[in-house]
Amino acid sequence: MSIIKLLDEFSSEKLTTKSSSRREMFNTLGSFGKKAAAAAIPFGMAANSAKAASSSAMFYDHEGPLGLALVLEYLEAEFYMKALESGVIPAGGRAEKVYMQISKHEDAHVALLKSVLDDAGEDTTSPMFDFTAGGAFDPFNTSGEVDMDTSYAQLLALAQAFEDTGVRAYKGQAPALMGTPYLETALQIHSVEARHASEIRRIRGLEGWITLNNRGADMPEATQAVYDGEELTTQADIDLVGYDYGDSPLVGDPAEAVSQAFDEPITAETATAIASLFIVSEDDSDG
Amino acid sequence: MKKPLVKVDVLNASSKNSKNSSRRKFIKLSGLGIAGSSFLLYGCSEDDMFNPGGDQGMTPDPDPDPDPDPDPDPDPDAVFDLGSGDLGILNYAYALEQLEAAFYTAVRGGGYYEGAPQEEKDLFDDLYNHEVIHREFFRTAIAAATTDTPEAMLPDLEFDLSSVDLASRDSVLATAMALEDTGVGAYNGAGDRIASATYLTLAGKIVSVEARHASAIRSLINPDSADFAGDDVIDENGLDLAYDPSEVIGIAGPFIATEFTANNLPEPMTGA
Repeated sequence: MSIIKLLDEFSSEKLTTKSSSRREMFNTLGSFGKKAAAAAIPFGMAANSAKAASSSAMFYDHEGPLGLALVLEYLEAEFYMKALESGVIPAGGRAEKVYMQISKHEDAHVALLKSVLDDAGEDTTSPMFDFTAGGAFDPFNTSGEVDMDTSYAQLLALAQAFEDTGVRAYKGQAPALMGTPYLETALQIHSVEARHASEIRRIRGLEGWITLNNRGADMPEATQAVYDGEELTTQADIDLVGYDYGDSPLVGDPAEAVSQAFDEPITAETATAIASLFIVSEDDSDG
Repeated sequence: MKKPLVKVDVLNASSKNSKNSSRRKFIKLSGLGIAGSSFLLYGCSEDDMFNPGGDQGMTPDPDPDPDPDPDPDPDPDAVFDLGSGDLGILNYAYALEQLEAAFYTAVRGGGYYEGAPQEEKDLFDDLYNHEVIHREFFRTAIAAATTDTPEAMLPDLEFDLSSVDLASRDSVLATAMALEDTGVGAYNGAGDRIASATYLTLAGKIVSVEARHASAIRSLINPDSADFAGDDVIDENGLDLAYDPSEVIGIAGPFIATEFTANNLPEPMTGA
């Protein structure tokens, strides 16, 4: 089965909507999430929550989690390639160096995951991407309707959203990869995405870590789904805000500090819903 | 400070046969002037030479009997062992978080390094916060898991940071980078040894924050570069560090004054 099939459920919606209603769709990411949950989800993704609860199964299939990962890596790899080709990033600056390094990594991740899934007999055709999300953005300055500064800001904002999504998505899939030879590899990709996220955020003038569920200054509202759930301050039933830190008191607001100290997973459904905003069906001739 | 009983040149001790293509690389602490203190280290349980009689840890048990032959009157001078199963991994993580918290506490206690701009002071405050939070999280979680066997919980370690020049930005940042990169490698290498999905997820929640730390510190050291995720730590497959516990203890050992052993940590589940 194609790893892209599960995304077809959402791309059919894009075929019938015009740009203006796509902007509305941006504010209703929740509806995508529900559709994701209702769609037939192949491989191991539907059983993700069951696998997360189990501690002893040794025969999890890996195609589902890695298939999700490959879609996200395809998205990132193409995004960074197009960003570097767009002329929007100032030549010779910090962002260009950062994007080049990230691009190199995402290409490597695509190659690695593709080889694993090809060996497993999966169809690893890349989805088609629309980084304007149906006209909501113009990160590569192709519309002629926004200035370069605006495109540059969007290009950075989208990168932040993609990287922070990737961290949470890989984290969410780790339990499903337990007992497979791919868990460690997934963890080694996961921490690279976190390094990426930290640097992109810092280029944008934010801290490298996520505070509460704040998407951060100048992040489009549509990206709030990337950050919902990050506000947790209780971990393993331990309230780390009410905790008595004794001789090592926290600096500043405890809830902010505790929320920063842990990144939260997202489900395959949520990750797919976020990615789907930027994926079009091959049949979409509207552009 | 107790002197180590056995001098082990851990930089040359290869870990068990590399089980996957990820690169294992020691982060060199050269230039930091670390005294030649070495560390009492027994290899992981499959290494017969160093583990006469320790258990293999092949059957993961989230709450193992930490001492297969409990002594009703334990020798108070006995060296603490991290333990086996998931408890061993929790103690292992707790040790590293204790070290990181102690380091950032020392940085702040010294008034940060000379010339530290407010932005960098704020960043080190965040690093301090996060590592203290991580440490206290593990303290509480491990205490809860060892209420019947309190001797199985890693005690408060003592640290030796004398090799760090806390007044020097270069020294502080280089040490921070080494500790954070090592933390990433430690958690990544531990993931496949954890039996409980709950613990794996908790470790996952922490390791990405350590990676954000490492990236930020590297960016402070060399802002206009690819060093935030440099080729020195990310290999040609785009994979980050993944260390065996023995490698980590070798790197962190010079900072840790309290002896402990890691005889019984679990092996990787998949060996891949």
